[in-house]
Amino acid sequence: MSARVNAITSTPALRARRRLGDRFGDVFLHGLTGAAAAAAGALLVAIAWKIFDIAHPAISKYGFAFVTRQGWDAIHSRFGALDLIWGTLLTSFLALLIATPVSIAIGLYLSELAPRGARTVIASLVELLAAIPSVVLGLWGILVLGPFVGQDLGPWLHRHLGFIPLFDGTPQNAGILVAVLVLTIMIVPITSSICRELFLGVPTELEEGALALGATRWEMVRGVILPYTRTGVGAAVILGFGRAVGEAIAVTQVIGAGYGIHWSLFATGDTLASKLAEQYQSATTKIQTASLVYLAAILLVISLLVNLLAQVIVRRFSHQRTGGS
Amino acid sequence: MDTMGAVAPIEIAQAREAPLSASDREAVFETRGLTVSYGKAPAVSNVDLPIYRNLVTAIIGPSGCGKSTFLRSLNRMNDLIPSAKVDGEVLYHGQNIYGDGVDPVEVRRRIGMVFQKPNPFPKSIYDNVAWGLRVLGMKDDLDGRVERALTQAALWDEVKNRLKKGAFGLSGGQQQRLCLARAIAVEPDVVLLDEPASALDPIATTKIEDLMHELKNEYTLVIVTHNMQQAARVADMTAFFTLERTESGGHGVLVEYDETPKIFTQPDDKRTEGYVTGRFG
Ligand SMILES: Nc1ncnc2c1ncn2[C@@H]1O[C@H](COP(=O)(O)OP(=O)(O)O)[C@@H](O)[C@H]1O
Ligand SMILES: [Mg+2]
Repeated sequence: MSARVNAITSTPALRARRRLGDRFGDVFLHGLTGAAAAAAGALLVAIAWKIFDIAHPAISKYGFAFVTRQGWDAIHSRFGALDLIWGTLLTSFLALLIATPVSIAIGLYLSELAPRGARTVIASLVELLAAIPSVVLGLWGILVLGPFVGQDLGPWLHRHLGFIPLFDGTPQNAGILVAVLVLTIMIVPITSSICRELFLGVPTELEEGALALGATRWEMVRGVILPYTRTGVGAAVILGFGRAVGEAIAVTQVIGAGYGIHWSLFATGDTLASKLAEQYQSATTKIQTASLVYLAAILLVISLLVNLLAQVIVRRFSHQRTGGS
Repeated sequence: MDTMGAVAPIEIAQAREAPLSASDREAVFETRGLTVSYGKAPAVSNVDLPIYRNLVTAIIGPSGCGKSTFLRSLNRMNDLIPSAKVDGEVLYHGQNIYGDGVDPVEVRRRIGMVFQKPNPFPKSIYDNVAWGLRVLGMKDDLDGRVERALTQAALWDEVKNRLKKGAFGLSGGQQQRLCLARAIAVEPDVVLLDEPASALDPIATTKIEDLMHELKNEYTLVIVTHNMQQAARVADMTAFFTLERTESGGHGVLVEYDETPKIFTQPDDKRTEGYVTGRFG
């Protein structure tokens, strides 16, 4: 017995070696993880720095007024971002307005209602939707969705809801509405799979507690599942917003490169990202290039703010779940 | 396995009023040949058990003998487990709750449940109790109903000044009493309790046990416990389940069902005797 104990009692030498090994492992692990974290931070700073650096001629020439000015006149070098900020926020916001209830519905269906055997199949199909390259989706937007909006959906909306400014004007095959729908298709797979995960994460005891009171499934969803996941869903929605704000290619393909600030969804428009994608290669003057990069800087700031907001919400998640107050 | 020591003396509450004499008892439930299986494997098999009105019925037995499974079959909670299958009948006031056209939601409105692990909703204390009332449309005098339920669950004094605070701020014992309040607020006929005190400290356990004596005047209570002293303290009737080994594994069976003092002092079955005296094996 005592021999056995001795065998595992560490000698001073062993202890020293262990300590050395531990310390080396510790240092190594700290170094590695620290370096990775620092690299990520440094990269972010470096990219932001470079963007603002290239945009500098435009920033110093136009100042902050660039943000609040309309129009994009390359011949007279008069550039403003307001149209594009409007286009970006309008398309992203509307896409989100459609995508949020759709995603919640899909998430609920896949976590609570769908036949068990079919759940994973449908879930992976929905997620595969996110795998469609955005240029391909944009092409589909041009060939299928655009004509559908221009000839069927648009006229229908105009006829029945034309009194709403959003549906005023003449439907076309390219424009804000097509962009909104394409963006919706892009964010639904992401937000709906996050929603599904969130709903699946609701403890079974809570669901049983609700049902044991004689609640129906729907009452349980409304009373327990949605309140429990509220903040998470909020964060998912904001992440989807971030995705929509930054999408360039597909939007460029379907939005019709228009000008101005309109409420009408049938009008053509542009977003920060689509303007960049359209014009960067063909920019003819230094100041035009700098102005385009200024747009990139604005986009970067918006995206970072949106992501920060999502993080703040997620941080509050645990507090919210304790309910009450 | 069980929390009690080998041969702890079992005290039986003497002061308790005698249960209704056998002839006056009114059965709320009557299971007939009840078998519940998960997939192909039966978890409890062929149970015939009447449960009487305004009594506390305890279900005891070793872990895994199907106590929870049996209890959950009484309010169709097993419906939520896709692999669970019920054979036989559960007559509730004479009507088979697994019969055609029976709505499990209606069943659960009448037969409430308190779970092993306290499971308050992520809502305020008030809303935990009020939620079920709102859902069931019992909205008249909501405040009064909430107060009465919390009072009945012996929780009112502890929470009356913090009703709008989150329920997760309560201790485990308080949370469990909140769950009890939530269950009785909707005025069920029966309350099923699945080891309601197993996650609680002794003081909280005593509170829950005291409550059961109070509540049986209004409700029919069925409590699963693997703590035999608890069964002896709270129950009028006790059913002993055990695990019957078979080649393909094993399943729970009802061994003996009788008035609590009889089960604990002069059981008819050797297996019951072995279990209650701690010589279970
Ligand atoms: N959801 C389930 N799926 C499959 N088997 C289960 C499930 N719940 C319980 N069982 C099995 O049924 C048997 C009885 O379990 P249970 O009713 O929980 O027993 P007890 O409450 O007496 O400990 C056990 O063998 C257990 O493994
Ligand atoms: Mg159990």
